[in-house]
Amino acid sequence: MRGVRWLLLKDLQILRRSPLQAVLLVAYPILIAVLVGFAISRGPEKPRVAFLNEVPAGTRINVGGQELPQANVKGRICSRVECVFVHGRGEAEAKVKSGDALAALILPANLVDKINSLSTLTPGVPEVEVMVNEENAVKAELVDDRITSLLAQANLAIARRIGSEGGHYLNLIVNGGELHAIGGTFHILGLRATASILEAVTAALPKSLRPALEEVTEFAAQARDNLDVAKPLIDRLAQPIAVDKVVVGGESPPLEIFAIAVAATLTLAFVVVLLVAGSLALEREENAFPRLTRGLVSTGGLLGEKVLLGIAIGLAVTLLMLFGMQIFVPLELGRVWLWLIAIVAGGSALAAAGAALGAAAREVRAVSLLAFMVTLPVAFLSLVPSGAVSPTVFDLIRYFTALFPFKPALQAITAALDEAGPGIGGPLLHLAILFAAYTAIARVALRRFSTV
Amino acid sequence: MRASGIVKRYGEREALRGVGLEAAAGEMVAVIGPNGAGKTTLLSILAGIAKPDAGNVESANGEVGWVPQQAALYRRLTVEENLLLFARLEGHDDPHASTGEMLELTGLRERRGEIVARLSGGNQQRINIAIGLLSRPAVLLLDEPSVGLDPRQRARLWEFVSALAGRGTTVIFSTHDIQEAERYGSRLLVLADGEGLFDGPPEGLREAVRREAPEAADQDFETAFVAYLQHRGH
Repeated sequence: MRGVRWLLLKDLQILRRSPLQAVLLVAYPILIAVLVGFAISRGPEKPRVAFLNEVPAGTRINVGGQELPQANVKGRICSRVECVFVHGRGEAEAKVKSGDALAALILPANLVDKINSLSTLTPGVPEVEVMVNEENAVKAELVDDRITSLLAQANLAIARRIGSEGGHYLNLIVNGGELHAIGGTFHILGLRATASILEAVTAALPKSLRPALEEVTEFAAQARDNLDVAKPLIDRLAQPIAVDKVVVGGESPPLEIFAIAVAATLTLAFVVVLLVAGSLALEREENAFPRLTRGLVSTGGLLGEKVLLGIAIGLAVTLLMLFGMQIFVPLELGRVWLWLIAIVAGGSALAAAGAALGAAAREVRAVSLLAFMVTLPVAFLSLVPSGAVSPTVFDLIRYFTALFPFKPALQAITAALDEAGPGIGGPLLHLAILFAAYTAIARVALRRFSTV
Repeated sequence: MRASGIVKRYGEREALRGVGLEAAAGEMVAVIGPNGAGKTTLLSILAGIAKPDAGNVESANGEVGWVPQQAALYRRLTVEENLLLFARLEGHDDPHASTGEMLELTGLRERRGEIVARLSGGNQQRINIAIGLLSRPAVLLLDEPSVGLDPRQRARLWEFVSALAGRGTTVIFSTHDIQEAERYGSRLLVLADGEGLFDGPPEGLREAVRREAPEAADQDFETAFVAYLQHRGH
């Protein structure tokens, strides 16, 4: 144990001696904290969309001779995206090509005419034009989603207007009233009044004539009742399927807490794995390993020292980062003891994995590259949510990422940060198993070091 | 130190084939031979770094100090930090005093605060040896200690090692420089392809060379030695 203390001191001296490493260890968490903090506290920016409205000014949507109220299309669109107003198709295309705008939305001159034709016997197909630069698949997907969503909203608004007008006509037929059309006003009697008149007339008729008139009266009453039922049906046509969201599993933390947990776990993973793997490889690169293990310190002691080094530095860096985040997003400081447990448990398993990697090669550079090549894809795969890929692929990813400490460390840190999140017990047990497994692998690999 | 019948195999290849060695207190034994002869393997086994497949190693007088061919120290630490670290790991009661003693012995007191990476190869090798001496060994094993040193640095190194032997330390060193072995070794052990060809004083080796390779006897010793190895089938 005495030897472990002096080796730990030696490794800290070496770290301090390398200004770049020391600066990175302090600057990296602060930089990540500031970047993630800004990102999650500012919220998403609206995508810039070039907007060209070719519809002649004053043109109104008219359904069945009735002009609909101003829809304020421009206002609706520009509340969802940042509109960049352009004056021609060429300018719109140039903005998209140059990347100044993510997409261009063009409302053609005949759009309203086509919409107005929907209530005629020869309906057209109203179309809007969208220009997208698909050089970046993610960007293209984002724009596609935003435009599709905007159009769905526009379609919904128009359908509601049409439904409302249809309901108004139904109301006239059922209850009667004034119809303003073709430059004049017409009085509509309505089924309700028709039925009342027929009932009054029936009493004055000879008995032989009453059955026929009663049938007409009954038809008028049935038509009135059924058309009353039809009105809500017309309303539902605008949005036939409503969404009733019920959360049945996967207690998820608030997005900003999850983002902080991801940033903290990534930092912990890279710092600990790279530091432990590199530090162990350094013992071989400096030819010190055989000299040390010739009775000065046991291989178990050396392994323990590297794990302790990883935990100590990882804990300091991750805590520094979390307290940095605190400036942007308030975290529950009453749960700091849980942060410590999660970071130490995650750091231990990550350090053991780093030691196993560090035993795989002689040179620090080769080991650092190997550690990076393992940690980065594992971290990436650990963030793939269920449903994003096919069930078989997701199962494969789940089993694969369960072999590395990143995912359980992320789950433990998420649970430590968020009271409403999932429990911390499962991830801690998972980390303990991985710690034991990687320690055993590292011990076997270290024995290889000792042989000449 | 006594070793007998040492055999070491790496897969199918036999690196050492029944090699034996004996060295008394204050003796300087040179292990010589061409590259791949098994010199480093033999020293590693004597140091306890590698395990022999057969044979015995005995060290009567306690600690065996080992100085590997490539300096085994931390290049980002200073001279003093390196010595202090290993003195602490050796469990010295007063590691600072031991460090001071080694700085004196190596003549690096003035450069104690310098980062090792900035020192010459010769000075790094002196620290490497000093670290090997921290355990106050009765036997010091040096694996090709003069490789990469200039003539002046070599001379200082051998002066330093000879002084240790003069104080009673048994020194066993390997080299492929026959002249260096002849000059500093009181006994020579010749290895070739893992086989012990000769064990005796330098004069004995000259006699063996004259006897077995008479055609090269009047040439320089290195040429005659190569002819001797060829006569022995190596």
